[in-house]
Amino acid sequence: MDPMPHHPAAPVGAPTLSRRRLLGSAAGALVLGVALPGRAVRAEAQGPAEGAGAIAPKPGTRVPAFLEIRPDGTVRFLSPFVEGGQGIATGMAQIVGEELDVDPARFLVECAPPGPDYAVVNGIRMTGGSFSTRSSYALMRQLGATARDMLLRAAAARLKVREAELTTRDGTVIHAASGRSLAYGALATDAMALKPNEAASLRPPETFRYIGRPVARIDVRDKSTGRAVYAIDQAVEGMLYAAVAHAPHPGTEPVGIDNEATVRAMPGVHSVHRLPGAVAVAADSWWRARKAVEALSVRWSRPKPTGLDTVAADFSSDGLLAALKASAEAGHVAEAEGDAGAAFAGAAKVIEAEYAAPYLAHAQLEPPSAIARVNGDGTLDVWLPNQMPELFQAVSAKVAGVEPDKVRLHSPMLGGFFGRHFIYENGNPFPQAILLAKATGRPVKVLWSREEEFARDGLRPLSFSRFRAALDAAGHPTAIEARTVGEGPIGRYFGVLMKTPVDPSAVEGIVEKPYAIPNRRMTFTKVAHPVTIAFWRSVGHSMNDAFYESFLDEVAQAGGHDPFDLRVALLKDKPRHLRLLREVADLAGGWKRGPYEAEGGKRARGVALASPFGSETATIAEVSVAEGEARVHNLWIAFDPGSVVNPAIVKAQVESAAALGTSSVLFEQVVYRDGVRQSQNFDTYPILRREHMPAVHVRIVESGAPMGGVGEPGLPGVPPAILNAVAALTGQRVRTLPIANTRLAGA
Amino acid sequence: MFDLSINGRTRRVDVEPDTPLLWVLRDTLGMTGTKYGCGIAQCGACTVLMDGQAMRSCQVTVDSVGSAKVETIEAVEADATGRKVVEAWVAAQVPQCGYCQSGQVMAATALLRSTPKPSDDDIASAMTNLCRCGTYNAIAAAVRRAAA
Repeated sequence: MDPMPHHPAAPVGAPTLSRRRLLGSAAGALVLGVALPGRAVRAEAQGPAEGAGAIAPKPGTRVPAFLEIRPDGTVRFLSPFVEGGQGIATGMAQIVGEELDVDPARFLVECAPPGPDYAVVNGIRMTGGSFSTRSSYALMRQLGATARDMLLRAAAARLKVREAELTTRDGTVIHAASGRSLAYGALATDAMALKPNEAASLRPPETFRYIGRPVARIDVRDKSTGRAVYAIDQAVEGMLYAAVAHAPHPGTEPVGIDNEATVRAMPGVHSVHRLPGAVAVAADSWWRARKAVEALSVRWSRPKPTGLDTVAADFSSDGLLAALKASAEAGHVAEAEGDAGAAFAGAAKVIEAEYAAPYLAHAQLEPPSAIARVNGDGTLDVWLPNQMPELFQAVSAKVAGVEPDKVRLHSPMLGGFFGRHFIYENGNPFPQAILLAKATGRPVKVLWSREEEFARDGLRPLSFSRFRAALDAAGHPTAIEARTVGEGPIGRYFGVLMKTPVDPSAVEGIVEKPYAIPNRRMTFTKVAHPVTIAFWRSVGHSMNDAFYESFLDEVAQAGGHDPFDLRVALLKDKPRHLRLLREVADLAGGWKRGPYEAEGGKRARGVALASPFGSETATIAEVSVAEGEARVHNLWIAFDPGSVVNPAIVKAQVESAAALGTSSVLFEQVVYRDGVRQSQNFDTYPILRREHMPAVHVRIVESGAPMGGVGEPGLPGVPPAILNAVAALTGQRVRTLPIANTRLAGA
Repeated sequence: MFDLSINGRTRRVDVEPDTPLLWVLRDTLGMTGTKYGCGIAQCGACTVLMDGQAMRSCQVTVDSVGSAKVETIEAVEADATGRKVVEAWVAAQVPQCGYCQSGQVMAATALLRSTPKPSDDDIASAMTNLCRCGTYNAIAAAVRRAAA
């Protein structure tokens, strides 16, 4: 193996850019840059009719923008966030309902339209980065309290009593002295006209009835009876259905269609279209459109023969990985501490290893779709799955050639997302829907077949890191180095606004570790991918924690230490992490590495820690091997997000993330060969099936630390715990993911 | 023209004979509870019952339906077993994104009608639909609950 290249000295302790700060500022600037003019126009048009707060509302404060209390006692809540399985609709209902004093079960939660009121995530709006609850918890509590205060004042006026004589109970204002009461629904109109008192007092947490409780999710019945409506289920009057066939090589164009007239004569076909990088057929049903588009005989322009600046005719994922490994370019310092050079010079032992992870697809079960309707008044309606309404509104406006305030954006519930529904170059169907609606003069719904989705989904980047560690005579690590080469989605999509050359989404999980290894030097070298890369549940953590925590087990082995004991030693000054290690060992019935006999076969366990998205996790995996393949029996996860709103949803999210982590490390990979993705559907992109689902045991630890994320953090500890268990069982250290690419020794 | 028996009603549809039942339900009849996931019988999101048997409707062409009685998620609560399954799904808080759950509920309903007390192996061999949210353990728990 090549030694690590030497880099020019960089300042020790160069600041690392936190993901939170970066996404906050960068995405904010992006949204401001494209969307603000439209907002300003709209705010002016609304004028003072909406009150002084309408021009520049402080996000998350204007009660009528969020709450509609209906005569029947139900509460419609316009959420800043989109529901896609993570349970945020229920969480919002709990937080607001707690302070408003309405049972969350009576909430109807919808994703709010674009608007400055909803920019509650560090001044911007998105559903991602596991930010939703932690970024808005305080605001949404206050919003509920402010609304309750308005209802109390309206009731006081109506009943001609002092406010202090009134109390509330689950949607009703009560005047105990006179035995009178008024339902919220009867007070709503009066209340909403009052000036909000933003200092309305909050409930003492010890009196909480909904926050912190495993409140039932408000959407499970609809989702168990087929009544939940996703983007793919929506229809509008007079709509055409469109199917597309994308260019076999991204970046190439349709240059001719040989049988257009024949296809136009197929049943139900309305029209045939050429789009950027695709052809489309509009028809009176999607199946007819799909059959027709697949019958088209299209001549496409040719991709470049070679090179890594485009997806060339000879592009392969193996070739890209080779390029990442071969890069000799000096890295930018992502983290530096102590004097790694001196530590390596004086080391008793030095070990090195290279780790690689493949491209991954989101593979959410709902294929992407979009409806666009151009209205007679020059406005545009779009219905589309998205995690960032204002950005999709701005880009829709650009595609349509109208101002953003002419675009009404509708954000239905998502049939899974995992990072899928940001804007990814040619990876979203809504621009096609807008172009086709303009071309046909009819509303158009574009739906991508599963095959088109696998061809155009943005991918978790293929990744590569080279590690080196110095050990002292006692076998303890004195220094660690990592050289990460590649590209991350923050750099790709928000890179122009990054203030350092280090892409945080490429190095998270390798930097800012809790271990007491005094000398550290982590670098990042950018090598751009020609393919469309994406955010994927837990982003850089999804592979980097697997790399780091696997390598740490290699360090333990090289130093003759048990991997659990080594972690305890390296965390002796980190009480939060030590506690999690103790908790997860306790949950698993005590730490043992194995191999040991269980249920007629040999098994072993691996342990891993991760610190993703402001939360902390400790994970133990138990595996066996049969016919060369790993089987995961149990995952024990101790999870500390600081504090929780709904422990049942948190447990479900951790289990869900654990399933995706298991799936990715065991099976998943998008392979390119000859410029083409080799996965077209679930038969060629295997995901976790029921028979491979481990038992997942989750223990929530509420340390009281600042609230961290929930949706993603359960994932990153799972792949390394499984990899470490496989190594313990077989002696094989799998360094190139997924595990399915390696035939494991029987055990 | 095809006359189909769907949820106890006869529905006449004018589509090509090779049109999958899935798209007849979704686009022709506007019954969108049955989901499209893969189109190649891998994921099971499109599961409906035909004469009580769980079928992946993306692979059932309309001309092959004949007189079979088709039941979809829209009518699941009209059936005693289906109702039990739905209640178990709610009690076990199974769905996350929910997109695959129409198919999962229909598969569970078919299983429990033919095998009211399924073993773990019965559940494993009948409940083969994909779930990207990883709700498999909750699904198995809900099936056991519905069978209890």
